[in-house]
Amino acid sequence: MTDMRTAMCWAALVFALASGRLVAQAALQDHPGQYDRADIEAGSRLYAAQCAPCHGVNGDMITGVDLRRGQFKTVVSDEDLVRVLAMGRPAAGMPAFATFQPTEVTGLIAFIRAGFDATATAVKVGDPRRGQSLFEGKGACATCHRVNGRGPRIATDLSDIGTIRTPGSLQRSLLDPARSLLPANRMVDAVMKDGRRIRGRRLNEDTYTVQVMDEQERIVSLTKADLRSYDVRNETAMPSYATSLAPDEVSDVIAYLLGLKGPQP
Amino acid sequence: MTRCLVSAFVLCLAAGLGAQVTSDRLVNANGEPQNWLTYSGTYNSQRHTLLKQINPANVKTLEQKWVLQNQVFGAWESSPVVVDGVMYVTQRPNDVLALDAATGKVFWLYRYTNSGDQQVCCGANNRGVAILGDTLFMGTLDAHLVAIDAKNGKPLWITEVAPSKLAYSITMAPLVVKDKVIVGVGGGEYGIRGFIAAYDAKTGKEAWRFYAIPAPGEPGSETWEKDDDWAHGGASVWITGSYDPALNLTYWGIGNPGPDWNPAQRRGDNLYSDSVVALDADTGRLKWHFQFTPNDGYDYDAVQVPVLADMTWRGAPAKVMLWANRNGFFYVLDRVTGRFLSGTPFVKVNWASGLDDKGRPLQTPQPEGAPTWPGNQGGTNWYSPSFSPRTELFYVSAWVDYASIFRREEAVYEPGRRFNGGGQTAVTPTPDSPGIGIGRRGPINNWTDLVGHGAVLALDPRTGKEKWRFEQYDVTDSGILTTATDLLFTGGREGYFHALDARTGALLWKVSLGGSIVNGPVSYQVAGKQYVTVIAGNALFTYALRE
Repeated sequence: MTDMRTAMCWAALVFALASGRLVAQAALQDHPGQYDRADIEAGSRLYAAQCAPCHGVNGDMITGVDLRRGQFKTVVSDEDLVRVLAMGRPAAGMPAFATFQPTEVTGLIAFIRAGFDATATAVKVGDPRRGQSLFEGKGACATCHRVNGRGPRIATDLSDIGTIRTPGSLQRSLLDPARSLLPANRMVDAVMKDGRRIRGRRLNEDTYTVQVMDEQERIVSLTKADLRSYDVRNETAMPSYATSLAPDEVSDVIAYLLGLKGPQP
Repeated sequence: MTRCLVSAFVLCLAAGLGAQVTSDRLVNANGEPQNWLTYSGTYNSQRHTLLKQINPANVKTLEQKWVLQNQVFGAWESSPVVVDGVMYVTQRPNDVLALDAATGKVFWLYRYTNSGDQQVCCGANNRGVAILGDTLFMGTLDAHLVAIDAKNGKPLWITEVAPSKLAYSITMAPLVVKDKVIVGVGGGEYGIRGFIAAYDAKTGKEAWRFYAIPAPGEPGSETWEKDDDWAHGGASVWITGSYDPALNLTYWGIGNPGPDWNPAQRRGDNLYSDSVVALDADTGRLKWHFQFTPNDGYDYDAVQVPVLADMTWRGAPAKVMLWANRNGFFYVLDRVTGRFLSGTPFVKVNWASGLDDKGRPLQTPQPEGAPTWPGNQGGTNWYSPSFSPRTELFYVSAWVDYASIFRREEAVYEPGRRFNGGGQTAVTPTPDSPGIGIGRRGPINNWTDLVGHGAVLALDPRTGKEKWRFEQYDVTDSGILTTATDLLFTGGREGYFHALDARTGALLWKVSLGGSIVNGPVSYQVAGKQYVTVIAGNALFTYALRE
């Protein structure tokens, strides 16, 4: 059963989700949707100009902070964010941005809370209960994806996907998975010098090594010097749901996924 | 009695009491390769050590001797100075540590407290100190210059170089020439007017100042066509320059004009942004300049270390300057006159179709939304290159297959605030795919080599051609050190520290240090033992041969 399921997953391959987004996050997005799109867009521009040089375009360039995913050292509430912007973090080298107007502060927080997706509010979000049924039934998503400790690991685990993805990017992944699969998550096919073959989902890579979740759900680190061949595939076998699900059904699945926030205390 | 005197002499040596670093010692730094006296090792900035103990045959036996753990967050870009067995290194934002270079044990820590209104575009970085006599000099994030007693870490004087409220900052290691300490200012993303200034090493009094943007009426001011663009046109200076004692010229790379990405807003060539300037070391007077990227719209700072070399050029001895620029071209200039000798792309370039016979780029701006190569971080950046007089090759850390899409917007200058004029994003294979940030990264490479990767390129200055390349999966911000035994040391974002064969690029040794290497390795010798030091992530590692 496990082998069969794994094989199906290998055939159906990966949902286009980020590696490096696997760590469970506390749900810090208190009230999704409370900011309007204009705020988010304004925040996006301000972020690019004022914040990205230090925090990075993905918000993860400061150790221990990942703005896009809502991971902070001390900040919990939006009010905390207001305070940090006003006071800075002098010990860590972050200046105070006391000259920001209140509307600019609102925009920045909106952008951060929207997971850096300026289109976050544009995608229709449907009914999560119907979405779960589709996820486990008609869509057959659960055939490959694991949620809350159930399902295979060959594709990415979606237990906390609601904290790290936006409606817009989820919709892109559902409708056009081939063009949405992140390179970091591509499937690799490696043959060792002794003839052993290892296939699986890439977790990480550098000049000398590659880390993989293999078909048997083992996490394996390979040394490239030990490989006879190494192939990174750029296709995904995850089907597009553009025709197999109705638009409302896609919205329902998005709603279900957005509700997956990881384990709650 | 004799034994007593000998003992006292040995003690003196051990304690480094003879460690007055005179101006002559700085000029003749190559004569004492056991020390690393300036940011780049010597005034010619070749980042090349004459020490020979570590060589290709024994480099595999390098072992870690000591580690200094850093207690602060963010990229550690400092390059240590080593004087008679004592290492001086900075850590962000503005700490200086004095260490026993053989054991890593700390003698003292000086902590400068910034005013709190400092603003820096790209991290609370500091790249190191300079030394003269028994005094160290450090620039600060809030744009002050501090003189520190090298023996006990106590500040001697503090001078304001520029107002930090207007987002001036200092991140570079100063350069000492004769009795002066020379620094430049950062803030090119905030509408500063960049400059280089020299200060009396004893008193901190300003001796001269060269503005990197000429005021109206001065030569070059005609390259800023609109009335007040010059007053907030950027042209920062954030990497240490070089010095030619025979010519008494000091050379500095100048940063981007502002606003960064909207050249239409500041019509003209925008001198001396993206240029190298040759200044009289005593007066700061401009002797010559060469501009790499006129009216830059890509943030192609010319903040590379000017590498000075004496070599045969077209059959005659020549004093040249070697420069792999952020804009993707590798230049050779006559450093006496500034004359352009050659220029060749070392990475993919499409913002210019080539250079004319004076070295001026034939610009080919790409359509809106189309990729520009090299991307915003450049074909290379501030990462220290190296030149080996033995191989006569120039070595540089490059970003390969990396492009950006630039967005232009009108920017309004407001004192002390960002002045960017648009934005840029790295070209990625899928819409949600991460781009490449600056400085360092976490433990997972989630952008992959499809967004860009790093390489050490060995370039032949006479032809501009690549002799060999050493490729890395991730990009690299590491500096490079070469040795008189034809070794090349370098790192990268992945945290590997490599030793290569400088003649072939073959990998001879590597170690995984677990954190990004965002600085240049240095080498020195204490008690007959050669060391190589590199900083990776939050720790400084020192290696020597196994005993």
